[in-house]
Formats: sequence, structure tokens, C-alpha cells
Amino acid sequence: MESLMVVLVGVLVSVGTYLVLSRNVIRIILGTAVLSHAVHLLILTVGGLKTGDVPVLGSSKGPFTDALPQALILTAIVISFATTAFLLVLAYRMYKTNGTDDVSELRGTSDE
Amino acid sequence: MSIEFAIIILPILVAALVPIFHRYLSKNVIGWVVLFIPLCLFIILTTYIPRISNGETFSNTYEWIPSLNINITTYIDGLSLIFSLLITGIGTLVVFYSIFYLSKKESLHHFYCYLLLFMGAMLGVVFSDNLMVLYAFWELTSVSSFLLIAFWHHRKGSRAGARKSMIITVSGGIAMLAGFLMLYAMSGTMSIRELISNVQLISEHSLFIPALLLILLGAFTKSAQFPFYIWLPDAMEAPTPVSAYLHSATMVKAGIYLVARFTPLFGGEMTWFWVITGVGLFTLFWGSFNAVRQTDLKALLAFSTVSQLGLIMSLLGIGSVAFYFGYADESLIYTQATFAALFHLINHSTFKGALFMMVGIVDHEVGTRDIRRLGGLMSFMPVTFTIALIGSFSMAGLPPFNGFLSKEMFFTAALSISTLDIFSLDSLGVLIPVVAWIASVFTFIYCLIIVLRTFTGKVKPDIKERDLHEAPFGMLISPLILVGLVILIFFFPNILGRYILKPAMTSVYPNFSADEMTPNIVAWHGFIPELWMTIGVIIFGIVLYKTLKYWKRVYNLIPQRLTLNSIYEGFFAKSEDISGNLTNRYMNGNLTNYFVYIYAFFVLIVAGYFISSDAFVWNPLSGSKVDHYELILVFVVMFASVALLFAKKRVTTVLINGVIGYSVAFFFVTFRAPDLALTQLVVESVTTALFLICFKFLPEIKPETSTKVWKISKSAISILVGATVTIVGLAVVNYDKFPTIATYFEDAYELAGGKNIVNTILGDFRAFDTMLEVVVLFIAGLGVYALIKLKANKGGTDVEKSE
Repeated sequence: MESLMVVLVGVLVSVGTYLVLSRNVIRIILGTAVLSHAVHLLILTVGGLKTGDVPVLGSSKGPFTDALPQALILTAIVISFATTAFLLVLAYRMYKTNGTDDVSELRGTSDE
Repeated sequence: MSIEFAIIILPILVAALVPIFHRYLSKNVIGWVVLFIPLCLFIILTTYIPRISNGETFSNTYEWIPSLNINITTYIDGLSLIFSLLITGIGTLVVFYSIFYLSKKESLHHFYCYLLLFMGAMLGVVFSDNLMVLYAFWELTSVSSFLLIAFWHHRKGSRAGARKSMIITVSGGIAMLAGFLMLYAMSGTMSIRELISNVQLISEHSLFIPALLLILLGAFTKSAQFPFYIWLPDAMEAPTPVSAYLHSATMVKAGIYLVARFTPLFGGEMTWFWVITGVGLFTLFWGSFNAVRQTDLKALLAFSTVSQLGLIMSLLGIGSVAFYFGYADESLIYTQATFAALFHLINHSTFKGALFMMVGIVDHEVGTRDIRRLGGLMSFMPVTFTIALIGSFSMAGLPPFNGFLSKEMFFTAALSISTLDIFSLDSLGVLIPVVAWIASVFTFIYCLIIVLRTFTGKVKPDIKERDLHEAPFGMLISPLILVGLVILIFFFPNILGRYILKPAMTSVYPNFSADEMTPNIVAWHGFIPELWMTIGVIIFGIVLYKTLKYWKRVYNLIPQRLTLNSIYEGFFAKSEDISGNLTNRYMNGNLTNYFVYIYAFFVLIVAGYFISSDAFVWNPLSGSKVDHYELILVFVVMFASVALLFAKKRVTTVLINGVIGYSVAFFFVTFRAPDLALTQLVVESVTTALFLICFKFLPEIKPETSTKVWKISKSAISILVGATVTIVGLAVVNYDKFPTIATYFEDAYELAGGKNIVNTILGDFRAFDTMLEVVVLFIAGLGVYALIKLKANKGGTDVEKSE
């Protein structure tokens, strides 16, 4: 199962990378969302899958699955949500200010 | 804490305090307060003279980083005592002079802060026995010199001069560091004294000559030897007290100190002899030759300093020959060269310090130091004239001034070395006295220029209108003390020889008898070759001075673009151009390109390392078994993600992204992570809603119009990145060398009072993580708010209304 999941993660990363390399800003943001899905699954997978029961004490005698990756992913989900929201607003502001949603048209200013 | 350590720390400590407490001191007082420091240190150091001259040395170790062999070991012997007396003695005079020289409007607290910092660093250089500590202080002198040259940082010249001196001296310093590390690699010790006592162990090592050359590079850049001297004339942008102190009397002599200090280690080596003597002699000639053409008095003095440093350097080179013979009667004569070097070092500090202060006075009173505009100042400034006369004639090597004595000894050394037949001296040796003599002729000429062009002749009309008068008495005291020393040393040289120079000779030649190496210095030897050389210098010097305008064309023979300065500047201009062009070529502002670089390096480094270390593992049957509904989920996600690439409509893409997100939530369910599944479901719903809201304000996705090549390379990069992540993931999944740490958290109820382990990790074990996560959320929220709200108020479309 773990090997299969890693391969799935590889596919997701490829798709995310392809989207990030696009010119359209929405596709780039989608790419980051796909990449974060991939990373969450990867963290969970490398911690070992289905090695025990749900990590809630008292629900069973154990053994429990590794709770640490789950805690890390929980944090990661929330943060990736925050960044996605921020990126979306950034895209909106970029379109309002520059009149384009194509990042290849953003070249900075000459005095940079 | 030992007294020696306190001597180094005190100036640095006061340097730190001056900028803090200066506002409680009046501008009139600050200099006097600072003056107290070098004066005290000088008095303390003079108390060492009797004990040091009896052959005692003082050493103290303060452990700093013992595991790396780096300890602050202070070591005072004759050699370091000479330098420390110069640093504090000239330092006292310079601070005293600067009280009158610097206007009260200047930022005096900065000036004295840098000056004291330099003083402490320089004392650190001469007192350190540990190579690394010496190096640290060495660079600190470069930094403080940089700050002092750029003291008037509103001037372009000051900034350029400061940068040049920094680049050259610090590059040399780094070379020296490499040399020190080689010494450490050879011997396993950082202590200079231990190195010297183990000289037989390292002198056969293959790194011996590279270390020697690298250390010399450090010494030559610091002591302004050819071709590195170009920073010193530009350093004259510093206030004159700084030029008198750092750039003639002390810092530029750090290289001399280093060479003298390492002579017992490298002396007797042919490379050491030829590099030091050769570079020193050429610098002596080149500096004096170029000093003659200068029109700015300070630049002239700078070139003369370069030349005099070359003289001292070449004497040390000649002196190192004594080690070739070991302790024997015939080698004693070569030790006299080192004696002359140390003697001239002191003499140079006295007369050159006085001359710089003299130029400062002229600049201060007349408003210019350009000799084309000066002249006839003798009748207005008789005391200054006297100072200039004594200082210059001492530098020219005339009696009854101390320069005469050391110049005669220099000629003796040059003549004695030319008769040797080792190190292929039998063919080249005759050049040494010839170059020495020619350089002395030029030295004589520029000394005449200093005195005659400034003080005799007619007063030029444009300065005549000024109210010319003698400098205030306070400004004259310091140079008068120095020229007083110039004369005193001439009449009583043996006091200096007995108490100051003799112990220093023991430091350079530890195996020799100090008494035999200390000559009785006398002014009159009878009509010996040295005296005829001096007479020749005077005659030719006067003739060439009188005919200067006829042969001045010589200086135009070297085309402007081939001078060292234009080579230096050309090098930096060119490297700036090239690196600018190169950077603009790949940093072209296209964000997608930057992503490509990042991904390419990621693949190259990670996958490259994996392939080279053969870490690839493929073991599909390991781990838990695959259930059929999980298999369905895997295929759903794979299908959805590939479909994402081909979706045309933006609504479709977002919905497909939702499919992936919700499937991930299902994965969390099957993998026993209910908290994650719940969170994922909520977040995925909100994210999808956000995307949809955003679409209201953004245009429909246009089909990507890109070339076929770009599409293929984009796919290739994506697949490579995915493959890299996959092989890394597989390696990690199949790696089981470490036991899991998860069992620790299974005591969650006892440790944190919660039954849901994930919750206790978030809320208790790793609560700081969670707190910072909340901070990130908060910052992102602020960003969202700012982007929507604040900008809109500045005339943009109002978001709230359009919603």
C-alpha cells in the first residue's frame, strides 16, 4: 500500500508542478493546492499506514497508528488553506492592478 | 585577568562606551578623556622595559575555544614591546594633536571610537601568540582603518579610498588565514612560539612554501608593498591624524611585524629571502620614484611611506640570511640588517609622524596642501618649517638626525649581502646596493621638494590673501615632541639599542647572543663606502632636483591605462559588467523561468545524489496490504489529477480539485486519521467556495498559447520532479533503521490529560507549533484584508460595493 501511495504522490506532484509552470495565475494556485495534497499524503505514508487503530486512547487496546504525522498534517492543512486564500486574493489584486492574469506579463519595475 | 589582556581590552571597551556616553561630555572634553587611555597604556608599557631588556617575557593564557586550540594567549617580548610602545606612544601624540586639528563640529565620538578600536586591535595583533586570535585582530585593524578613511563619508574620494583599502588588505588577510591554517595542518599547533620551537618538523613539509607565500601576501598587502601599495595613497582621504597614526606609524607596520615575527620560522629559506628582499627593494625604489611626481603633499608622504616600508622590508629579508648559516660568527653581520630594520622602524615613525602632522598644520592654516599653490611659508610659520626641515632631512638620511644612522646601517647591510654567494646572490647580489642607492637619491629629491616647495620661494597670490600665521601652540606640541626624538635618538642611539632593540633582536633570533647582535651605534665611522654613498646621494639629489623639469617626462612613459590603479579599477568595472550581463541573462523577470531553475536544481541535486549513492529501493509488497476500495480511490485521484491538466473551463478545474481534496479526506478515513478527514472536508469545501468567489472577479482562463518545445519541456520537468519525489518517498518508506518515537505520545493521558493523541500533540506536546500556525493564519488574514480593503480606498474599485 505504501509503495502505491508513494507512486500516487509522485503523480500528484507531477501534475502540481505542471500547473505551477503555467502562465495563468489560477492554474498556478491550483498547482500549489495539488502539491499540498501530495505532501500531506506523503507525510502520512512515510509514517506507516494502517499500523494500528485510530489514535484515540480508550477506543481500543492498541496498538495505535502513528499520531505524530497526523498532527503535523493537521497543521499543514490549515496553513495551506491560509496560503491558498492569500494567493487567491493576491491574484485578484494582481488582476485589478495590472489588468492581467498572466504571470509572464509581470516583469517587475526597471529600478529593481 | 592579566594586565596584558587588560591592555588590549581597555581601548576596545572605551571605544564601545564613547558613542554611548558622548552626549554627557562636551565636545571640548571628549578628546581629553580619550587621551587618557593611550597615555595610561604607554606608561604601563614603559614599566615593562627594564624587565624585558633583562630578557624576561610575559605570557598569559585565557582559554577561549580550547577544543579548537584557540586560546587568547598574550605574549610580550622585545618585538611586541617596540610595536606596543609605538602604538600607544604615537597614539597619545595623535589624539592630542587631533584635539586641536578636528573641528568641534565633526562627529568626534565616531572618530575616537574608531581610533580606540584600532588601537585595541593593533595591540591585539602584536600581543597575540595564537594564530587565529592574531588573524581576528588583524582584520579588525582593517575594519577600523576602513571606518577611519571613510570618516568624511560625504566625500566620494573617501568612500572609494576606504573601499579600496578594505578590499586589498582583507584579501591579503584571507590569504594569510589560509597560510595560518596550513601551518596548523603541518604542526597541529596554533601557537607561534610552539611553531618556532618545532621549526625542523615543518620546514620539510610540502605545504611549507605555500604557507610562506600566503603569509607574505597578507604582510605585503597590509604593509603596502608593490604591487598592493595602491590603496595607501588613496587612504590619504582620511583626516591627517589618522594618516599620521594608522597609515604611517602603526597599521602599515603590521606587515613588518608579521615578517619579523615569522623570521625565526621561515628565515634561511631562499624563497623567503628573495621575495621579501626583492619586493622590498623594488617597493623602496618605486615608492620614492613616484613620490617625486606627486603634487599633493599627503600623497607625496604616502608614496614616501610606501618606499620606507619597502626599505624596512628588504632589511628584514637580508637579515633572514643569518638563519641560513645558523649561529656563527659570519652570520652576525646579517643580523645587523634586522637591527637596522627595527631601528629604522622607530625612526620612521618619529619623522614620518612629525611630517604628517606638519602637512596637517599647513592644510589647516593655509587651506591647501597642493605644492603648486604653496610656497614661501617659512616667514609665516617658522616653527612648522623647522619641523618640516628636521623631519625631511632625517628621512633623507642626513646628520644630525636619526634617519642618518639607520640609512647608513641600511647601506652597510646592502653592501654586505652583495658579497654573499648563496641563493644565487653572486650574480644578482650586486643589484641590491645599486637599487638601494638609486632609491635613496629619489628619497633625497622628494625630501627637498617637501621643504623647498612649501616653505621657500614666493607666496602664491591666491593664498596671500589669507591671514597666514603660525598654527596654535597645541597643534605644534605633538610634532615638536617627535622631532625632538629625531634629534635625541641621533645623539643617544645606544640607549634605544640597549633597552628596546636588543630584546627585540632576541625575539627574532632566539638562538643568538643578544649582546653580540647589539652594535654600538656611532655616527662617525671614518671615510667608509657608506659615507661616500651618502655624499653621492646628496650631490646627485641636488643635481636632479635642479634639473627636475627636464627629466620629468620620464613619468609619462608608462601609459595611463597600464598603471596599477587603472588595472585595479578596470578589473572591478569589468567584473561588474560581466556579472551584471550574466545575471540579467537568466534573471529576466519571468517568474516561470525562476520556477524552472528551482525545479531543475531540485531534480539535479536530490535525484543526482540518489543515483550516485544507489539509494533506490523498489519493494511494492512491503507494508500494509491493499484493499480493493483503496485501489479505487487511488485510481480516482490519479484520473482526476490527469483530467485536471486537460480541463478547459475554470469551473471544471476547481471541481476536479475538489474531487482530489475529498478523495484525500477518504484516504484519511481509511488510514485511521478521523481528525484529518474532518478538517480536510471543511477546508476543502471552503477552498472550493473561495475559488468560485474569486472567479466572479477574474477573467475566464485563456487556453495556453505556448510553443510545442515549451510544452514538452514543461512535461519533462514535471515528470522528473514527480519521479524524484517518488524515489525519495520509496526510500523513506522502506527505511526502518530507527524505531518510531510515536509510542512516547501514547502516554498522552498521563502526560497531557487527553485521550485523543493527535489533539494532545497539537494542544500540549507541540503547542508552540500550533500557536505559530495560528500566527500564520492571522498574518494571512491580515494580508487578505489589506489587499482587498486598503488598496481599494485609494481610488480603486470598491470591493464591498461590487459584491
